[in-house]
Amino acid sequence: MSFFVARKLVKRFGGLTAVSDLSFFLEKGEILGVIGPNGSGKTTVFNLISRFFPLTSGEIFFKGTRIDQLPAHKICELGIGRTFQVVKPLKRMSVIDNVMAGAFLRTNSIGRARQKAEEITDFCALGQYKNVEAKSLPIALRKRLEIARSLATEPELLLLDETCAGLNPRESEGAIALIRRIRDAGITIIIVEHIMKVMMGISDRILAINFGSQIALGKPQEVAGHPEVIKAYLGDAHA
Amino acid sequence: MKNKSVLINIAVLLAALLVPVVIKAPYHLHIIILIIIWSIIGTAWNLLGGYAGQVSFGHAAFFGLGAYSAGLLKFHFDISPWWGVLLGPIIATLVSLPIGLICFRLRGPYFALAMLSLGEIFRLLFTNLSNFTNGARGVMIMPDITSKMFYYYISLFILVLTLFTTYRIVNSKVGYYLVSIREDQDAATSLGIPTTLYKNLALLPSAFFTGMAGAFYMNYVAFIDPNIVFNLSNVSVMVILVVMLGGVATTWGPTVGAAIYIFLGELFRATLGSANVLVFGVLVCLIILFLPNGIVGEMNTLKRLVRRKKGLPGGERNEFLRG
Repeated sequence: MSFFVARKLVKRFGGLTAVSDLSFFLEKGEILGVIGPNGSGKTTVFNLISRFFPLTSGEIFFKGTRIDQLPAHKICELGIGRTFQVVKPLKRMSVIDNVMAGAFLRTNSIGRARQKAEEITDFCALGQYKNVEAKSLPIALRKRLEIARSLATEPELLLLDETCAGLNPRESEGAIALIRRIRDAGITIIIVEHIMKVMMGISDRILAINFGSQIALGKPQEVAGHPEVIKAYLGDAHA
Repeated sequence: MKNKSVLINIAVLLAALLVPVVIKAPYHLHIIILIIIWSIIGTAWNLLGGYAGQVSFGHAAFFGLGAYSAGLLKFHFDISPWWGVLLGPIIATLVSLPIGLICFRLRGPYFALAMLSLGEIFRLLFTNLSNFTNGARGVMIMPDITSKMFYYYISLFILVLTLFTTYRIVNSKVGYYLVSIREDQDAATSLGIPTTLYKNLALLPSAFFTGMAGAFYMNYVAFIDPNIVFNLSNVSVMVILVVMLGGVATTWGPTVGAAIYIFLGELFRATLGSANVLVFGVLVCLIILFLPNGIVGEMNTLKRLVRRKKGLPGGERNEFLRG
């Protein structure tokens, strides 16, 4: 079985089907990009994987274990970290304390948690803001803090939700470089992003969804040229 | 830095031990004992409401349970109410267990309201179960010891125990987790923190020490009835005001808050007659407006104000990142 398998995911909110019959898998070390127009169900897929929402039906396997019945905090313990599209910094805590809160998942000692948090803030180029309260960080640094915090939980699979949204070109280049460094550290990544340039550049494969269903899955070039994808983004006239 | 704060704490403790030697008037000692009782309740409340951010409007439930544990021991079984100081916190903790399991399903204001109703439920229960609790007639005991000094040292011991325990909890992994839950529960969950478990880990010691304060109160004041110890405004809400005044989520905040609150309360009552509560209302408004983190919480702001006036450096640090 693959490293990560999602089989026939379905999520209904009342009468609205947000995700319908979506299946995909990941191999270890891969970056899978998920694209789709607004409201196509990308973030819902993340919330299903990280158990913030219960599945209506379907199965999710991580390293051969079925995880879709576990409580949300167990998912992280098993090695799946996530960031939030609308960033959720622990506002009145310093940057280093934010990252330590993540590091405590694998250790009980304050000293060791702090040491690891220092390493990770440096890795994410947040070292100079270590003692700054999270609420005074600008958005680009908050997004990086989200990543740093989930890295501190030592994930094997990282779910990145719109890490580059709202950043200027220079800032998003920094974010892309960071994502590459994370991949090089051996962490498997699923990334949701709107900016195609980012997705084409870093994804090994891209999954395109619309109205919660898969419309294309494959290499970035194949997906970008896929008529269904063009139709979803630009309308019938361009397909 | 760390050694310095340890020294300060030891100095404060020594000074506290010497208080009854200097202050001999029973009235003054009585005020100080009241301050200590409120410091204990405030410190206990602060663990749950300040650090973990689960604002409870029902701590009177635990306070009253502690008080009645001590009182009813004497009333029914003729056992010394001092055993209540051990039994009270245990009963309060046991009762808090199912309460936590039920109420922590709720978030924010809904939790606060559930706790508020809890305090009221206990008040009505203890008023109406008059066979067991003697109802609204209350429970009276004849204290064996009348020396204020004795009560002072007992209460001081409980306060030190409470402060030390909460300090140890807050400066550990549990403390980091509690603050994370307060700042963002979803983010905490995404970091693998079992939020309900850790909220309960804050509630249990909080109920324990509130119960202990209640049991001590019974021994000290020697008379309780349901409307005194389960009182919404004079216990549940007052403890929140005490902590807010002193500083939410700070070690010394509740103690400082209790000292100022009780002192001013006595002062206003002596000088302003029935307008004393009104003045308190104004004071609370001013605190919320100008010192939202309480006196201890805004210590750095206060220091900075003083420094800026003197023209010393250190006033504008880290300001460049604000925005």
